[in-house]
Amino acid sequence: MDIDKISEEDQKNIISKVFEVLKTMASKPSGFIGLCILVFHILLASLSPYLAPYDYKAIDPSLMLQAPSSEYWFGTDSLGRDVFTRTIMGGRTALTITFFGSLIALLWGGLLGIFCGLVGGKIDDVVMRVVDAFLSIPWILAMLLIVSLLGTSTEVLIPALGFFYGKGIVRVARAATHDVIAKDFIVSARARGHSNMSIIWNEIIPNVRDAILVEGAMRWSWMLLGFSSLSFLGFGVSPPTPDWGLMISNARGLMSFAYWAVIAPVVGLSSLIIGINLTADAFAKALGIDRSTKAPV
Amino acid sequence: MSEIIQKVKNLSIGFRSKKGEEILILRNISTSIKKGETVGIVGESGSGKSTLALAMMGYVKQGLYTTEGECLFYHSNLLKMSNRDLEKIRGRKIAMIPQNAGQSLTPNLKIGYQIDEALKLHTNLSKIDRDNRISELLNKVRLPSPETIALRYPHELSGGQQQRVAVAMALAGNPELLLLDEPTTGLDVTTQAHVLELLNFIAKDTGTSMVYVSHDLGAIAQVSDRIIVMYSGEIVLEGPSRSILKKPIHPYTYGLLKSIPKLSLAGLPESMPGSQPQPGTVLKGCSFFDRCNLRENKCKNNSPQLEYINDLETSVRCFNYKSLKDKDHISSPISKNETTIKENEILNLTDLSISYAKQKLIDQILNKTVDTNPTVKDINININKGETIALVGESGSGKSTILKSIAGLLKTKDGKIRFEKDRDLSSDLKKRNPSDLRAIQLIFQNPDESLNPNHNVEEILSQPLKLYFGLSGEKLKKNIIELLEKVRLGEFYMSRYPRQLSGGEKQRVAVARAFAAKPDIILCDEVTSALDVSVQAAVLNLLQKLKDDFGTTYIFVSHDLAVVRAISDRVAVLYQGRLCEIGPSKNVYQFPSHPYTEVLLGAVLEPDPDIKPKLVAEDIVEEKPPEQGCSFQGRCSRILGDKCKKETPPWQITKSGNAIKCHININDLEKLQS
Repeated sequence: MDIDKISEEDQKNIISKVFEVLKTMASKPSGFIGLCILVFHILLASLSPYLAPYDYKAIDPSLMLQAPSSEYWFGTDSLGRDVFTRTIMGGRTALTITFFGSLIALLWGGLLGIFCGLVGGKIDDVVMRVVDAFLSIPWILAMLLIVSLLGTSTEVLIPALGFFYGKGIVRVARAATHDVIAKDFIVSARARGHSNMSIIWNEIIPNVRDAILVEGAMRWSWMLLGFSSLSFLGFGVSPPTPDWGLMISNARGLMSFAYWAVIAPVVGLSSLIIGINLTADAFAKALGIDRSTKAPV
Repeated sequence: MSEIIQKVKNLSIGFRSKKGEEILILRNISTSIKKGETVGIVGESGSGKSTLALAMMGYVKQGLYTTEGECLFYHSNLLKMSNRDLEKIRGRKIAMIPQNAGQSLTPNLKIGYQIDEALKLHTNLSKIDRDNRISELLNKVRLPSPETIALRYPHELSGGQQQRVAVAMALAGNPELLLLDEPTTGLDVTTQAHVLELLNFIAKDTGTSMVYVSHDLGAIAQVSDRIIVMYSGEIVLEGPSRSILKKPIHPYTYGLLKSIPKLSLAGLPESMPGSQPQPGTVLKGCSFFDRCNLRENKCKNNSPQLEYINDLETSVRCFNYKSLKDKDHISSPISKNETTIKENEILNLTDLSISYAKQKLIDQILNKTVDTNPTVKDINININKGETIALVGESGSGKSTILKSIAGLLKTKDGKIRFEKDRDLSSDLKKRNPSDLRAIQLIFQNPDESLNPNHNVEEILSQPLKLYFGLSGEKLKKNIIELLEKVRLGEFYMSRYPRQLSGGEKQRVAVARAFAAKPDIILCDEVTSALDVSVQAAVLNLLQKLKDDFGTTYIFVSHDLAVVRAISDRVAVLYQGRLCEIGPSKNVYQFPSHPYTEVLLGAVLEPDPDIKPKLVAEDIVEEKPPEQGCSFQGRCSRILGDKCKKETPPWQITKSGNAIKCHININDLEKLQS
């Protein structure tokens, strides 16, 4: 409607576009809060080694299960380690692994989905049935199998999580591609004789990118929850590395009298997940994708 | 003088922009509707005509608000009424018929049930009375066998039948005022003519007042007693339809009427420059200033007021209307140079047939063809270099299907597509060589869909240039600028995105993209039907100009016979995927012609109250072409009997040189039609 605004929009480069999206996201309270939480967690995760008052792996039986005090803000755990130190560092591994895991999920899920949506036919049928089959397997069982066979190293966890959380993205990317593919500009590109790769790259990706990115952001929070569940079960990070899931698992039995050792990691984990969720929703709205009408698989 | 039932007083409706400015969509509208009168509201998209119609039933779209004025139904202001009070009026006193009846009917409820719901809501009839009333209503809208229709679901009806059901539902509450928002826009030409005729009948029969909103002056001319012409949120001309259409004294209406292609006049219509201003951009002066031929300095700064002219009973918003008052409006369009097309074949379709039926696996292995009755069959057309050939027919006639096959997007079942006399084009796109791909380009109906919304104009135009000519850098840029100039767009359009362009500009970019490949043949699929009338004329003129410059061959698909008449050299009329008639366009429009062509010609709506459409055949829709005999047998009013049903009709050549596929002897046909 507003001509002046539109022509201003013309000359924008990618950085200012990103900035614009962030600005739109922060303009709503929920988006602002989400972004704040997320930024806080990222800062905390990257700076915590310098902020931590104690060594996270220093075991001291004499300091076992101390209640919060001015010295140990969040108290100490059953091995006498400082809970505050372990909590602020507990997000590091989870954030890193799930971030790269989400990237992998986005890449393979997105590309496979786009490819299936474009070519259709038998290839599409076969691939989608395989994806359906995987969707029907409880992922946690499959993950447990993988980590018990291959170990719990980062090199195993990232691709494994990336694989299991990418299945859903395949469906979203395929559906988004189907929306685009019926449009005449794709027909036009086909009629001109462009190759499939060129059509995917030039015509489809710019139009489905937003939907897939939003889906990826959403998957990130789910993956975080999933990863923490793995750690909780003892199949994620190995001790003594601080991790929320692991901390909750260790302190769970003592919850009735040493609640502090559980509460801190729980707050850390849930606030990060809420933060990512709010951010993803604001991101979707800023890009003009309404998640309330287009439910993911 | 009959009673006024709806009065709009000084109505302004607007919205607040992000910057907080108030932007008006309707500006100071005052008008009134009398009992039993049909008022047509006409304007281009964005002129505020639908907003006005909705305000007449007390509805203002979300985000919009009334800044001033009132809408009085009898004496109550609808815009100030509570929802509960409005419920009592809507449906009972004022009913609305939407544009797309197919979408306004609930898909999983039977037609009879949906009408019954409306009756329950608006009347106090008993169950038996309601059942009778449903039959009566369906009868009134001329649906065959109302009892069976009532038991059907919406998807089991054709578009025209759905629209009739919508009319029946609107009539359920015996409304005093019917609002129709583009009720025939999505329908086929023949169906549209039938629905309009029905509406006329209902207006007379029930004495209901109607407000008919449309962009199509042809449709408006058929139904309206009075016409309101809107431009940029204002009424620019209002008066009895005869004086509006015969003496359009506002320069916009004058230009609009001139830009409509007419059957009676050969050649391209004159186009109006520019496009309608965006709401909120005209702050002072006349909103039509930029596009007006009669503009003077005073128009720039002073807004003209509506002025009532006694002898024409018309109100006009223009300072200089007098110069149009004496002008004879029957104009001669730009004469078309009758280019003589030399016999120089560029494309030849031989026995082309296309089937949408999927072969079963077993038949694929046995290499057996099952579909004996394909969607498109026996198409033989010879296209010469530099010619514009039009494929005409209603929806389902296979015209776009043929176009897709020529482009290689759809596999053919049988037949050959021979290009440049020496080679057959494969029906598989991947097997065509790049130079053949380059030689045939497509332009689509809807430029919104044919341009990638995430590419700017430069990227859009560079696609074919990179692909076919491997251009890059400065050379690429120079070529893009040249292309933009060819379609009369400036260099500064390069950085624009499709959403920043108007419909006409977008279609120009699409045209430029097709021409970027330096093609020999351009396939135009309904290229003007998504555009406003004044823009349509400009695009048609552009296509003609480019053709004259480059000697391109056009294959032009359209349902609009008047547009086809304006642009094409030859016309092929299709029904159910079979050719009915083919010949030079000037002859197809003269009799004798194929009975189907006759039906199509009769249904064309001219913006002239004196020319009524001739409804020759029923507007029933056939889903499948008949297995044998003439394809048009099901609807033909001149059917001879068994011969037409059993034998495929022969080609007959008329004196004027067009070929007709019909059993009726040419001379008899001429006598029947004269």
